[in-house]
Amino acid sequence: MIADVASCLTVSFGLFFFLAGTVGLLRFPDVHSRLHALTKADNLGLGFIVIAAAFQAADVWTVFKLLAVWLFTVAAAATAAQLVARAALSACQTEEPNR
Amino acid sequence: MDSFFQGAALIVLLNVAASAIRIFIGPSRADRMMGAQLVGTGGVAILILLSLAGARPAVLDVALLLALLAAFAAVAFVKSVSPGGAGDPEEEA
Repeated sequence: MIADVASCLTVSFGLFFFLAGTVGLLRFPDVHSRLHALTKADNLGLGFIVIAAAFQAADVWTVFKLLAVWLFTVAAAATAAQLVARAALSACQTEEPNR
Repeated sequence: MDSFFQGAALIVLLNVAASAIRIFIGPSRADRMMGAQLVGTGGVAILILLSLAGARPAVLDVALLLALLAAFAAVAFVKSVSPGGAGDPEEEA
């Protein structure tokens, strides 16, 4: 019962951050701010959903599996954000004479 | 409880559908790649919620696999836009 309430609460938090990330992706003005919204807010939302699933988990093994899912996703998002941001720099190098 | 998790999965699915708007309007290739990245993250979240909704632990393995494979799309994108195809964005052409 306690676990159900905690799961509902954390899933709601996660949905909020997913929604915030989507709104940011659709409404922010340039590539790098959109990338910022996407890679931070959405992975925070995923983290809350993982916590909600961990409350419902049957055993410790499942909790570690969920933790692995979240760590893989966050590591991939950080790497991809860095790479995509640098790849997108070439499109806006006109205002960056220092390179 | 099951229907709550299913509804939550549906809301995440709507977010993924909204990212298709960004994939459609662009304007740059990096923007379209970001929409694809949201499909990866949202897909993992949907799979976790569905594994909760039906008490199907096998779906969690699918989520783990998707989390591992979603990274490759962005890496392939960066390799395609780098001049020598080596994946180094700072590379001088």
